[in-house]
Amino acid sequence: MTKVKVSIVGASGYTGGELLRLLLFHPNVEVKQVTSESYTGKFVHKIHPNLRKSTMMKFVSASELETCDLLFLSLPHNNSQNQIDEYKKLAPKIIDLSADFRLKNAHEYEKWYGHKHARPELLNEFVYGIPELHREEMKKANYISSAGCNATASILGLYPLFKNNLVEEDRTVIEVKVGSSEGGNKVNEGSHHPERSGVVRSYQPTQHRHTAEMLQEISFGKKIQIHFSATAIDMVRGLLATCHVFLKENLQEKDIWKVYRDAYGNEPFIRIVKENEGIFRYPEPKLLIGTNYCDIGFKKDDFSNRLVVISAIDNLMKGAAGQAVQAFNLMYGFDERTGLEFPGLHPI
Amino acid sequence: MADSSSAAECPVCGAQIQLAADAVKGELIECSDCGTELEIISIDPPQVHEAPQEEEDWGE
Repeated sequence: MTKVKVSIVGASGYTGGELLRLLLFHPNVEVKQVTSESYTGKFVHKIHPNLRKSTMMKFVSASELETCDLLFLSLPHNNSQNQIDEYKKLAPKIIDLSADFRLKNAHEYEKWYGHKHARPELLNEFVYGIPELHREEMKKANYISSAGCNATASILGLYPLFKNNLVEEDRTVIEVKVGSSEGGNKVNEGSHHPERSGVVRSYQPTQHRHTAEMLQEISFGKKIQIHFSATAIDMVRGLLATCHVFLKENLQEKDIWKVYRDAYGNEPFIRIVKENEGIFRYPEPKLLIGTNYCDIGFKKDDFSNRLVVISAIDNLMKGAAGQAVQAFNLMYGFDERTGLEFPGLHPI
Repeated sequence: MADSSSAAECPVCGAQIQLAADAVKGELIECSDCGTELEIISIDPPQVHEAPQEEEDWGE
């Protein structure tokens, strides 16, 4: 079997390491090169110790990159857009995991990111990277921009409601609780253990950049508002989004079940989690560690038209590397689940 | 996908539940979607309702 030759640019970060973990065991992939400017010449397992004995690869500098079939770009934001021409020369297909090419509108990019996009004419070349929303486009795509983790959980949770015009346009409130790995592997004063341990830190109460992706993907041509806040909690991996929306009609829970079943009943990585008994009645991030699932639950408020939608993912998997591999599988016509079969751990 | 004509509908989530060939009236089964415990109240036509539950103190 001919394998797809891929390289990862920026493989020393958490997302890059997670991508490498998945791709090393993907039956249709040969990982050709992995780059890191900080760790050039070092064994990969020095930085990603979970990969010890899985690979003897060493990091190379991006300047040593050779041509390949597909490049995964796992670089800090603002990097891909400034070097995209060089990467395009190296590979006919690219999956960018940064935020650089997620937005289709250059004005929106400037509004949310605070500077002009370096290559606005390329924004529409990239397919936005949530397979459940853009599967058919991905099958034909050469360039995919993987979605943000907070955005993925929020969008997947709310997409069926907005698509079916069931909720009020201006009253959506989302509170996301996130783990420390979302902040990347660069240390700062706030990540110092005595400061970080045990925190419930409101790190972005308003104006989170991922809001722009949410607006882009679930507005369906209408003017909607999303009020988004993010709180860092004492967890390494995982993300729980609690979304408050207000129904236009007095739908019953059975009606909501139908909406979600119609949207996601055949999706391999989306599970509706809503049970009346047991310990895990609603989505729980810790059960999703290492998996590519997005679990979604909901509860209608009996005393109002508020519907609470709860969605959970592993931010490094469905929120980053796992979702990128899912997109890769679609690009090449592989079974979408290839390399992503891990069902998680319990207890954990 | 279950043949809905020979399936019962879960009264909680609307899932189509195919009754086993040897199912009997009064039997307790579980909805695979929402986990609700259901009692078979009719085989033909297939019908279920929520099984009575003991109150429990769950959570905080």
